[in-house]
Amino acid sequence: MKVLSNWLRSYLPGLTAGDRELAEALTLRGIAVEGIFDLGPGNGHLFEMDITTNRVDAMNHYGIAREAAAIYGLPLAPLAAAGFAAGNSPSAKPPIEVRMEAPDLCGRFTARVLKNVQIQPSTGEVRERFALLEQKPISNAVDATNYVTLAIGHPTHAFDLDKVEGAIVLRRARQGEKLKTLDGVERVLDPEDLVVADERKALALAGVMGGWETMIAPETKNVLVEAAWFDPLSIRRSSKRHGLHTDASHRFERGADFNAPPLASAFVSQLLLLAGGGVEGGLVDVIVPAAAARTAGRPRIALRHREVRRILGATEDGRGVDWESSRRLLQALGCGLEEAGSDAYSVSLPSWRLDLEREIDLIEEIARVYGYDRFANTLPVFSGAVVSPPDRAKQAEVRRGLLALGWSEAVSSSFCSAADAAVFAPQPGTAVAMGNPLSEEAGMLRPSLLPGMLAMLANNLNRNVSDVQLFEIGTCFSGAPARVNERPALALGLSGASDAGPHLPLRAFDFYDIKGAVEEILDRFAAGPVFFEPFSGAAGLAPSWLHPLRSARVVAAGETVACFGELPPAEAQQRKLRQAVFVGEVYLDRLYRLPLRHPIARELSRYQAVRRDFSFVFPTAVRWQQIAEAIGGLDIADLAGFAPREIFRGGRAQKAEAKAAAGLPAGHYSILIGVAFQSPSRTLRDEELQSYSQSIVAALEAIGGKQRA
Amino acid sequence: MQIPLLADWSEASLAQAFAALTAEADSAPPPRTEEERENFRLHWLGRKQGRLKLVSEAWLKSAPNEAKRELGKRFNLLKEHILARLEDLPAGGLEPAAASFAAAGEAAIDVTLPGTRKRPGAEHPLIKTMNEIVAVFEAMGYSIGIGPEVETDYYNFESLNFPPNHPARDTQDTLVIAGQETKPLRERLLMRTHTSPVQMRTMERQPPPVRIVIPGKVHRNDAADATHSPIFHQVEGLCVDDNITFSDLKGTLDHAMKALFGSSVKTRFFPSFFPFTEPSADVQISCIFCGGAGCKKCKQSGWIELLGCGMVDPAVFAFAAREQPAYDPSRISGFAFGMGVERIAMMKYGITDIGQFYSGDMRFLEQFL
Repeated sequence: MKVLSNWLRSYLPGLTAGDRELAEALTLRGIAVEGIFDLGPGNGHLFEMDITTNRVDAMNHYGIAREAAAIYGLPLAPLAAAGFAAGNSPSAKPPIEVRMEAPDLCGRFTARVLKNVQIQPSTGEVRERFALLEQKPISNAVDATNYVTLAIGHPTHAFDLDKVEGAIVLRRARQGEKLKTLDGVERVLDPEDLVVADERKALALAGVMGGWETMIAPETKNVLVEAAWFDPLSIRRSSKRHGLHTDASHRFERGADFNAPPLASAFVSQLLLLAGGGVEGGLVDVIVPAAAARTAGRPRIALRHREVRRILGATEDGRGVDWESSRRLLQALGCGLEEAGSDAYSVSLPSWRLDLEREIDLIEEIARVYGYDRFANTLPVFSGAVVSPPDRAKQAEVRRGLLALGWSEAVSSSFCSAADAAVFAPQPGTAVAMGNPLSEEAGMLRPSLLPGMLAMLANNLNRNVSDVQLFEIGTCFSGAPARVNERPALALGLSGASDAGPHLPLRAFDFYDIKGAVEEILDRFAAGPVFFEPFSGAAGLAPSWLHPLRSARVVAAGETVACFGELPPAEAQQRKLRQAVFVGEVYLDRLYRLPLRHPIARELSRYQAVRRDFSFVFPTAVRWQQIAEAIGGLDIADLAGFAPREIFRGGRAQKAEAKAAAGLPAGHYSILIGVAFQSPSRTLRDEELQSYSQSIVAALEAIGGKQRA
Repeated sequence: MQIPLLADWSEASLAQAFAALTAEADSAPPPRTEEERENFRLHWLGRKQGRLKLVSEAWLKSAPNEAKRELGKRFNLLKEHILARLEDLPAGGLEPAAASFAAAGEAAIDVTLPGTRKRPGAEHPLIKTMNEIVAVFEAMGYSIGIGPEVETDYYNFESLNFPPNHPARDTQDTLVIAGQETKPLRERLLMRTHTSPVQMRTMERQPPPVRIVIPGKVHRNDAADATHSPIFHQVEGLCVDDNITFSDLKGTLDHAMKALFGSSVKTRFFPSFFPFTEPSADVQISCIFCGGAGCKKCKQSGWIELLGCGMVDPAVFAFAAREQPAYDPSRISGFAFGMGVERIAMMKYGITDIGQFYSGDMRFLEQFL
């Protein structure tokens, strides 16, 4: 909102502070001046204001001047329109009949009739101030209503009286009733819309926008000035229903001043009559008593000094907010205070401050105008316990492990497309749709983190960043409109090659890099035996986002805790990923059911470990898991460990001759297995080692292995 | 150099021969480095090819018995002379052996080449910032609270004193879940627009005192631009006890901002409006780049707006008291605060486009290693 400093000063005759000082003081009291612009000699400054939505009373010059008066302890010039008596004049015959048929939606309606007016451009102060505010002038009638809104914040409306047929009726719109509003749009009204009507038709969408037909035109001679108070909720609903947010609706829906209509009407009339014409009869003022009681007549509330101190605490000067300051500040804002015992005031509330309803509202006003900067900085004592959510330590472990392995952390959108939701939802048909999606690509709540991960991978590859190693920990959603379930998940995305340098060759990432990450995470949990199963046979089919032969599911404690592998070529192509991409999802909700692994130190053997290598050839069908089980199943007490050291398969590109030269029959691979023996209590004898080796060779031969010479 | 044969074993001839050897030893320049000294030692005293060894072989072995005594005496004098020369070090001692790069050949390495390292992954600047903020409040006795990202209207709005149809709801454009129209308003599901619902959920579970800090992801139906995103992160906090005041709120946040941004940072509190707090405040900190003098980052104001806060509105306590009667606003009081993590991270790391946070761009992320 734009405000002129000189206009403010016109209400503050005693103000000596400069414009910048005034702006600073207002800002510190929550009437924020966001920008100050010099308007040239004699014109003061233009303040760009940001008024919080609860302070409709300060969305005008007089309201801001009232704040300044309270801050500086200055008198505020009273508002009066000379020659216009407030309220109904019983003697004069009402110039027009007003029928209140919707007293629940309209709390007050005033009508004043002006005859023989001259519609012409505005002059004088209106014109000058509009120019400084860069507000487009329209005509003296329209400008007058806008000017009064800027001055005192109360929206009014001027009708061409000659287009009004019979009495003014405040009523709900009829089913299907139409109204062409001032913006030229013909609108179908809702039976809950309040309209200002005459006996035949709707004239205006009350409090939101006037009607086309009764619009002031250059030839308008007679004018009806409306100044009213409408129910905030009704205005808000109509405004939303018709997508019409206007200066008037903005103010009415936040609660206008119930007592303002007669004065607003007088100011508008005064301005319009500057160009000629006269008032006919008195002001018609229809007041709905219930609305008056809810607003201007609402009951006094109690303010207790000890409550002020209990909430606000210590001030910089060490004395706390004193009782006298409280009284002075509230009075300056328009409250009426009466002593009610030694520690309390009974406070009447100003009609323009419908946001003040409770004692705490008054306490806020005291703190605000007293100045937040004058309160001390204190620290509360505390005697509670500090607790963390149960999964926090686990999540920190997962994150730490991945970061240490070189995976960078990412955050992606919580939404995905319906197509992606269908591909990635762990259970079909459980993805949740958005009611008002940000875009078509964000129509669903993500059922998995993988759509986001693939988007980020594509993002990198498209920008020629070919080495990508990302993880994201986030929430996935499933369910139905009745209930949405959330689960924590981890996504992994990998493509390109590992760090290379002058001392290390470039090495392309492969399946085992993503598997390594999964192992690293699982190692941090007391998972018991963990199985990496290919998708085939009993394990079921691979999800469509995984290459059926180059992917695995991970089972720990009887549950699938992760799926990962290579993105199938078709999926990669569709996403324009031009190189091999490995992705995985870890179901953290399941993983978090396991406790973190707690290391227990074991006695280190003082005796030397003996290492033996076993070189074997196996048929391709024999997997490492079987080999491991065969060796492990021997239950050799002194077996300290074993691991595959070298594997030679020949590779796809390798020619049969090369394989043969390596002594490898087709459909076979060779493997070098390193085994270590160690006893905690003694040096192992040669015969023992001999016998261990023989049993290992026998066990490996039993599963189809052939020892190489 | 060959050892000359002696003409005879006379004393004169011996004296002349040993004088020549002494002169030879003295003619070598005094050693300046360890290397030179070692060379000198090997030249004279080396076990196999040292000059003294050769002298001993050439003269001592073949000398007649009557000459051996005189020869031995002179030999020992020469040896002492050589040893003395070895001890005769220049002032300041010898320089260590200068390993010539070229001379050392293959044994030498180029220490200026980059080292081999397994690079760790980069923490996401948002998560890092969020963790830092949370840690500050944990150190002040705050527990961590978390809650669902899909919330009901009740927890996101109504119980936080956003009544149905209230204009305050306009400030938080909401993304809603499909298919909610048939439900009562308060049960309708939406993406939480702030992490404040966790405050209510916490109070419903736990009587005062409460101190929680709530990090999390939130969503609003806002158009994306360089500084706005429909997805963002917040850290909120709540402190409730029987004696919490507005000055405690000020002191707590002043302390937290100093812990986060340095002890010289100052805070400034402005009245503001949030439906769930009263009095409400916006907090600015003195610009961390210019110290308050005014610069581009703070738009010459010297201040940066960072968070919103206030005393918990009694209406909010009244909602909590439905489940936990101990939240009686006449007996307890408290404050709440909230800040946007993106804004703080952007400021801290000089990030100008909020969209980079959600891009997964390795070039962006690797800057935070």
